[in-house]
Amino acid sequence: MFKKATRSANHKLLAGLTILFSSNTFAAWNDLNMTEGVTAISKEVFDLHMLIFWICVAIGLVVFGIMFYSMFAFTKKKNPNPATFHENTKVELAWTVVPFLILVFMAIPASNTLTKIYDDTEGDINIQVVGYQWKWQYKYLEDGIDFFSNLTTDWDEIYNKTPKGEFYLEEVDEAVVIPVGKKIRFLITANDVIHSWWMPDFAIKQDAIPGFINTAWTIVDEPGIYRGKCTELCGKNHGFMPVVVKVVTQDEYDAWVQDKKDAAFRMAELTEKDWSTAELTERGEGVYLKNCVACHQVNGQGIAGIFPNLAGSDIVLNNKAKNIEILMEGVQGAAMQSFANQLSEVDMASVITYTRQAWGNAENGDGEIVVPKDIVEYKKPKV
Amino acid sequence: MSAVIESHNHDDHHHGPAKGLTRWLYTTNHKDIGTLYLWFSFAMFLIGGAMAMVIRAELFQPGMQIVEPEFYNQMLTLHGLIMVFGAVMPAFVGLANWLVPMMVGAPDMALPRMNNLSFWILPFAFFVLLSSLFMEGGAPNFGWTFYAPLSTTYAPPSVTFFIFSVHIMGASSIMGSINVIVTIMNMRAPGMTLMKMPLFVWSWLITAYLLIAVMPVLAGAVTMMLMDIHFGTSFFNAAGGGDPVLFQHIFWFFGHPEVYIMILPAFGIASHIIETFSRKQLFGYASMVWAMASIAILSFVVWAHHMFTVGLPLAAELFFMWATMLIAVPTGVKVFNWVTTMFKGSITYETPMLFAIAFVVLFTIGGFSGLMLAITPADFQYHDTYFVVAHFHYVLVPGSIFSIMAAVYYWIPKWTGNMYDERLGKLHFWLSFIGVNVTFFPQHWIGLAGMPRRIPDYALQFADWNMISSVGAFLFGASQILFLFIVVKTVMGGKKATPEVWEGSRGLEWTVESPAPYHTFTTPPKVN
Repeated sequence: MFKKATRSANHKLLAGLTILFSSNTFAAWNDLNMTEGVTAISKEVFDLHMLIFWICVAIGLVVFGIMFYSMFAFTKKKNPNPATFHENTKVELAWTVVPFLILVFMAIPASNTLTKIYDDTEGDINIQVVGYQWKWQYKYLEDGIDFFSNLTTDWDEIYNKTPKGEFYLEEVDEAVVIPVGKKIRFLITANDVIHSWWMPDFAIKQDAIPGFINTAWTIVDEPGIYRGKCTELCGKNHGFMPVVVKVVTQDEYDAWVQDKKDAAFRMAELTEKDWSTAELTERGEGVYLKNCVACHQVNGQGIAGIFPNLAGSDIVLNNKAKNIEILMEGVQGAAMQSFANQLSEVDMASVITYTRQAWGNAENGDGEIVVPKDIVEYKKPKV
Repeated sequence: MSAVIESHNHDDHHHGPAKGLTRWLYTTNHKDIGTLYLWFSFAMFLIGGAMAMVIRAELFQPGMQIVEPEFYNQMLTLHGLIMVFGAVMPAFVGLANWLVPMMVGAPDMALPRMNNLSFWILPFAFFVLLSSLFMEGGAPNFGWTFYAPLSTTYAPPSVTFFIFSVHIMGASSIMGSINVIVTIMNMRAPGMTLMKMPLFVWSWLITAYLLIAVMPVLAGAVTMMLMDIHFGTSFFNAAGGGDPVLFQHIFWFFGHPEVYIMILPAFGIASHIIETFSRKQLFGYASMVWAMASIAILSFVVWAHHMFTVGLPLAAELFFMWATMLIAVPTGVKVFNWVTTMFKGSITYETPMLFAIAFVVLFTIGGFSGLMLAITPADFQYHDTYFVVAHFHYVLVPGSIFSIMAAVYYWIPKWTGNMYDERLGKLHFWLSFIGVNVTFFPQHWIGLAGMPRRIPDYALQFADWNMISSVGAFLFGASQILFLFIVVKTVMGGKKATPEVWEGSRGLEWTVESPAPYHTFTTPPKVN
């Protein structure tokens, strides 16, 4: 494997192919083939892949062997008088039947493995995975844990302003945590467009489709951090929504679950607190940079024709109620989704406050702020 | 009656093409229309190729350097659409126009005015599509497969223009196909039974039926999108009770026959060229025809192998896996026939033969990766990675496009009356051959190692081979300028070609002079 230094030095090498061919800069064999993965299924899939590959190589050697032999042995110079045969029923029958038998030989193990993958019985732990533009949400159905997983690679790294780290584009703020040895079932769906949840080490790739729930399961025995990606084109930042799974021992998992529950309790306390404009704006900027910046941009101006401008927008300036409604409900028929389930009351209030304060909006509009209690109020059923 | 027709034909024989621009605008001559299609396709090949260069330049190194992700998605979408609908398909239609009437001994296509129309709406279709680049919100950015709801609810406003453009392309293809079928069915020279037709004609007859079967399906898909976007329906919108997976079923019911539409004529071309330069009759003519027909029929029952990860039930996954694997049988028969044609032949290696041999070898490699992709459990790892990108570029670039180049070198002496420059032709072949393999072979590896397709930036372990792939792409791209130069040079002049052009050539088109007169076979030839 690469060390961090080798990797980051590597792609600075514009200077000629010679450097590419020196042995230590080149990718290891692991980086040229499918991963064997860490589950029984993924190993079976890998074996199947190698079996089919070697059968193809063998067929290729025979066919291309005869072809290249003919190309050298039967040139016009060596064989000025071509043969005249042009059909042979026995030979033609043979090369129809033999490939068919080879296919049957391939289809048997493939069908067996597929049947195993399709075991969709209940898991020990059921996790709902929801794809959003451009992040993943994980909901632990038994423990009520619920969080989003965002890319943490800095945009400065992506735009080549700072060196790229070891896990460039493969790192997130919060990984899915699962214990070893338990059957984990993933219930995969999406909130906006189609995404696809891929974890190569578990040989799981399932499309996340709005309106559908697809299932996949795994049992992992080796603790570790495993990295995958979204594999269905889902818009602008399709390349920037990785999947990271952290597999831990049962004790570590139990402790993590307890931590998450405590954090949810602390968040409830924060909602009750009295917030100042400065506190909200400060927190809101962080929320904005994590959730909004991809479309509305750092300067709030969006992208003409697709993502609306927030700097100087009438709703952001003067219409607090509508402002809250858009974030809570989304905009029908547009890319703007509902953030009601994605952001806590505190984050929701602070990000709205931030947009109403930043980019000169406070000076040009009514400057009203939104506090967490406003959001709690909004969420109460209306009579 | 027959005397009248004959004297009319006699008059025609002396009257050549009109002069100036109107010759091309009003022409109903199959040779002129063939030429128009081929030049149009070449222009689209360069535009789509330029977009591929943007893509490979961005992927040269990790990080965003040249374009923004948003524009990158527009490039990959337009690259796919232009290459499929603008470069490969019109090139084959152009070849059909030039060759089908001459090969079956007909004076022209059966429906010459519709022939003119089917060509002349195409430039408008692509003008509309390309103009979306300059619209607010940019060009279509949802991939050439335009999966809903990314292409409906979440699409830029230009999607409406894209839908209009696809409708025009579909109309053009359907008209072209009707013309091919009517010509082949009604205008064959006396004595030319179906099982005596040249294989290129056979391949196009089957292709034309595929086109007529699936282009309306595509039209249906884009019309449903239009309704969802503008008229409040919810065909593909889950929030309104619709079904995003339905879109994929409809798209791939069109899409899978579509990929055979782009390869069957190539099979026909390769058969002619390998036969000619092996100086030996094609092995297994009848099995070639049956193989093509089987592939065409199977192409209607394998579409969901593009959708193994959408959550189909087990029974469907098994059925589509087995059906897809079956395609290897007729495809294998074709490859074995080509190899056996060369066996004990008397082979020379002119440029068309080099392209045809590369076609057989590299298309077969694409076939192998296709077989691997058919294995559903393994496809869970391959799906939507660069392994798939490598697979379909192997069957489309050194597959379809090499066959088109082979066809141009093979028949251009008949079209222009001049031989192309053999040395330059071979140089073009070797540059293209090396370029294509350096570009696409490493993509198998980075795909297996885990690089998804359609991403503008990638993790660092993929850096080395992406750089090499880009170098290969630049080489391949630049080599096509040489191709343009060779073709123009041949049109302008060169060694005069004989009527038969090649020592081993067989078929009616080689019985007329080179260049082929403006009107050929006004009196049908007799075929024994």
